Amino acid sequence: MKVAFTVNGAPREAEVEPRRTLADMLREECGLTGTHLGCEHGVCGACTVLLDGAPVRACLMFGVQAEGAAIRTVEGLAAPDGTLNALQRAFQAHHGLQCGFCTPGFLMLATWLLERPDKLDEDTMRHVLSSNICRCTGYQGILASVRAAAQELGRWAG
Amino acid sequence: MGGIGARLARIEDPPLLRGEGRFAADLNLPGQLHMRVVRAGIAHGVLRGVDLSAALALPGVVAAWTAAELEGIPPIGFRQMVVGGLLAYRQPVLARDRVRYVGEPVAVIFADDPYVAEDAEELVLAEIEPLPVLLSAADPPGDFDGTHGTESAVVVKAYGDLGAAFAAAAHVVEMDLSVGRHSGVPMETRGGLAEIEPGSGILRLHGAAKVPHANRNAIAAMLGLDPARIHLHEGHVGGGFGIRGELYPEDVLLCLGALRLGRPVKWIEDRREHLMAANHSRDQRHRIRAAVDAQGVVLGVEAEFWVDQGAYVRTHAVTVPDLAAAMLPGPYLFPAFRATAHQRLTNKTPAGTYRAPGRYESSFVRERLMDAVADRLGMDRVAVRRANLIPASAMPFDRGIDALGTPLVYDSGDYARLLDRLLAAVGYEALQAGLAARRQAGEMVGLGLAFFVEKSGLGPFDDVRIELDREGGAEVITGVASIGQGVETALAQILSDVLGLPPARIRVVHGQTDRIARGMGAFATRVTVMTGSAIAIAGARLRATLLARAAALLQRPAAALRLRDGEARAEDGSGAAIPLGALVAACLEGSDAARLVEEGSFQSGHMTYPYGIHMAVARVDAETSGVTLERIMVGYDIGRAVNPMLVEGQIVGGAAQGVGGALLEEFRYAEDGQPLSVTLADYLMPSCAEMPEVAVLITEDAPSRIGPLGVKGAGEGGTTAMGAAIAAAVDAALGGRVPIDALPITPARLHALRAAACPVA
Ligand code: FES
Ligand code: FES
Repeated sequence: MKVAFTVNGAPREAEVEPRRTLADMLREECGLTGTHLGCEHGVCGACTVLLDGAPVRACLMFGVQAEGAAIRTVEGLAAPDGTLNALQRAFQAHHGLQCGFCTPGFLMLATWLLERPDKLDEDTMRHVLSSNICRCTGYQGILASVRAAAQELGRWAG
Repeated sequence: MGGIGARLARIEDPPLLRGEGRFAADLNLPGQLHMRVVRAGIAHGVLRGVDLSAALALPGVVAAWTAAELEGIPPIGFRQMVVGGLLAYRQPVLARDRVRYVGEPVAVIFADDPYVAEDAEELVLAEIEPLPVLLSAADPPGDFDGTHGTESAVVVKAYGDLGAAFAAAAHVVEMDLSVGRHSGVPMETRGGLAEIEPGSGILRLHGAAKVPHANRNAIAAMLGLDPARIHLHEGHVGGGFGIRGELYPEDVLLCLGALRLGRPVKWIEDRREHLMAANHSRDQRHRIRAAVDAQGVVLGVEAEFWVDQGAYVRTHAVTVPDLAAAMLPGPYLFPAFRATAHQRLTNKTPAGTYRAPGRYESSFVRERLMDAVADRLGMDRVAVRRANLIPASAMPFDRGIDALGTPLVYDSGDYARLLDRLLAAVGYEALQAGLAARRQAGEMVGLGLAFFVEKSGLGPFDDVRIELDREGGAEVITGVASIGQGVETALAQILSDVLGLPPARIRVVHGQTDRIARGMGAFATRVTVMTGSAIAIAGARLRATLLARAAALLQRPAAALRLRDGEARAEDGSGAAIPLGALVAACLEGSDAARLVEEGSFQSGHMTYPYGIHMAVARVDAETSGVTLERIMVGYDIGRAVNPMLVEGQIVGGAAQGVGGALLEEFRYAEDGQPLSVTLADYLMPSCAEMPEVAVLITEDAPSRIGPLGVKGAGEGGTTAMGAAIAAAVDAALGGRVPIDALPITPARLHALRAAACPVA
């Protein structure tokens, strides 16, 4: 089946089997391997992307369901010349990653948190980020990174 | 400038943050096939036959094999800690006539598309005649193969006069303790891509980790290849924790597929496979007794324990029982000691090492024992520990036994000082008083403390080659591996220190068998100590060469010159400076070599022993028996920290894994041996909702006496005694009325214990 959608602002078309997941379509058909698969059953959140502005688990959707959607992936965060954005810089400064496998999922989830109309507070941050798993960092660096980015962007409540 | 001691941001981060990582699943080659492993669905049985015909008939399937197609390929051997009598327990690449755990590979399929390979797997029929299953190492041993029993090895570590200790004892304290089955479970599953390089005919396996050189040699031997014709390559690795990078059946199948089918072959494990096929760990039951005098001094300890090895003995051989037994005494004197470890096979997934292997288990046992000794004598739990710590004046302290084949000699340590410093840092008295007041008010909340000694820097050697180019950049080629722990940054900082070169101009190459002849890899928290030392040694030689040349050019004595900020100039800043690139070019004058090269090697027959203390504050919910951690505090003496930010990252990450094993994670099995924890919804790992703030106190009171840097490793000390500390905290929260003698402490288990301890009428 043919699917048309945008990824990080650029229009895309792909020819996919109906059973192919959105994650596989992004990775294999679009070559965007920044979206990772840690479980393929909706628990770990490594595959989190933003679809029409909301975070989704790309392993739990089929590619064909993305028809007409605007998708954002980790590859769209940095500037075209590769300059890291505030959230990415915060992850580097606060040691928010070790192996980096979970990182794209956390970055996309945090991007959504930082773009919501309400300012971010500690409880909301912990609650939302608890839907993703990181096996390396013990989360302290991730929480510090998101907190620092929110502060830098004027999105931190308190 | 980013040398040793700097909290330098990692040089490996930017590509990972941009989604440009190259993990195994991200690699593709034209014409590649996809491999799928068919696994046994029965825990123990006679394999009567495997019918591949329907799978082979599926369009897109290129080949399918059973053990019959692997005739002549030996089972997977051992990488370390081999003892006699283990050969019969090695795992075959594909099961031959028996299957011994659910998840054991029985056949393999190669297809054009990964989805098709999975379709084909479902068409394979394995005929298995069930046999009775054995699911506990503490049960009497059974039959393994008609010739061998299921007790694969017995490891004994002993010193001192135990009989005299017990004869002199005022008290004997006995316990029966166990630690559940859990493991590393990295977020990236295993995977790889094998190819025969067109032209050279060299077999290349991408997706390697941990021990590429050892695995290269092992694969070459198994497949009858010249090791020079095969290379392993490490890309980005999504977490190791001890389990990734050991040689598994799938690695051999990938190579064999590429060799025989003439096309690249890719394999990416799915999570369900991972949870039943990659190494499990822990799963030990201990019976222990201590002879104690009237003052709380432990005179002797005797332990017997059972290690559930699962279905086969994998690459580590007896590493886990060896370390569990040898490191059991930890920081205490224990003048007489005997540990007897039974390694036994069951019908569960084979087990191997996982972060702090053996020590997580035996630290839990030892520290629970110390709590019990304190409780029995009515002493304070901290005071009992103080009464038994090895004094700093006794360092180096020789236990008189071996660990990992090296003499167990604690090289340095001031255990009492770390205890003082941590208690002061957390405001221990006030903290305990506050908790007591809350208990008085009806809350179930308590603090637990556990001491541990770690080990790091396992030899025997590591080599490096440092190459300086004419532009003033450096490349460090090592034989170690990076599993996501920040190796590149830490090693660059060490070289930066020696050569006065900004870390950004240093490139670290690791995990490529075609770049350096030999290498030990990344395990046992050895990289910073071993490779770091080799870099310091080779770097010092390069510095001498460079300064000698600079002395001639600047007409100043070499001793008055320094390398700093990428140039050579006088120590006092006077006179001209020579940029490093120009200096390298000057050293190479008259030669057409592009680079100035120096090699270094560091050898060590001893390990170095960092040590630490874990503290946890836990609250038990009266209704649900759920445990909430309010605080975690870790004190850790690392000798010297190359990058404190990375050290803290290791400690906090390790602590989270310790928390998982203490409260959540467990591979459970049904009575027939069916695994019940095969998704991440059943195998629960901590999220940020379960993790409290971890306060880390890094001290540098006891520099290592091994190697030129004084560093000890940080990889495992976040995990080691976390289970012990949490158990003690839960025990304290419940006022000592409920025996906390097994991990994980799940709500269901704790609820049952509470009900048994205080039955409600
Ligand atoms: S891969 Fe999608 S949630 Fe784990
Ligand atoms: S950084 Fe490795 S899983 Fe999060």
